[in-house]
Amino acid sequence: MTEDVQARIDAVVKNNPVVLFMKGSPLFPQCGFSSRAVAILQHLGVAFESVDVLQDQGVRQGIKAYSDWPTIPQLYVGGEFVGGSDIMMEMYESGELAELVQGYAKAE
Amino acid sequence: MPMAADDIAALIREGIPDAAVEITDLAGDGDHYAARVTSASFAGMTRVKQHQAVYAALGGRMGGVLHALQLTTAVPK
Repeated sequence: MTEDVQARIDAVVKNNPVVLFMKGSPLFPQCGFSSRAVAILQHLGVAFESVDVLQDQGVRQGIKAYSDWPTIPQLYVGGEFVGGSDIMMEMYESGELAELVQGYAKAE
Repeated sequence: MPMAADDIAALIREGIPDAAVEITDLAGDGDHYAARVTSASFAGMTRVKQHQAVYAALGGRMGGVLHALQLTTAVPK
């Protein structure tokens, strides 16, 4: 039921300050774009929740409708969609991403 | 069926008529491209909105037949 998936996604996005929907896990990313997104977040030293969309086909498709964004990974900060791998890289290089996650908890 | 670079550029120009489009074939497999799209219509739009405009022009191919398109958008200086 797509409403259920959208509600589940919404809960994850709203209840975690920094969330990365990705393919695989931070330890074992399953796609180049996802691993680059993880590397960026780890470099910034911000704590983040990760969701492996490969484990849940409902979420894998539902997340694209949720943000009207066709690809994975997808980064959410403070409940807002920030972007995919390209935008994360652009923002990282310009310093915007560091600024955006500044107020959030650091990774242990 | 992978896409040809020209088809990608044509689709983007169809959807964003004033766009200047530069396509780079990253892997030569018709599946991994980089695209730089510059358009005055992007002015005032967030990066997410700019990219969404390009994905809309690609009519749902992004993430499907077109697996990897490294996208950079810009407003003409």
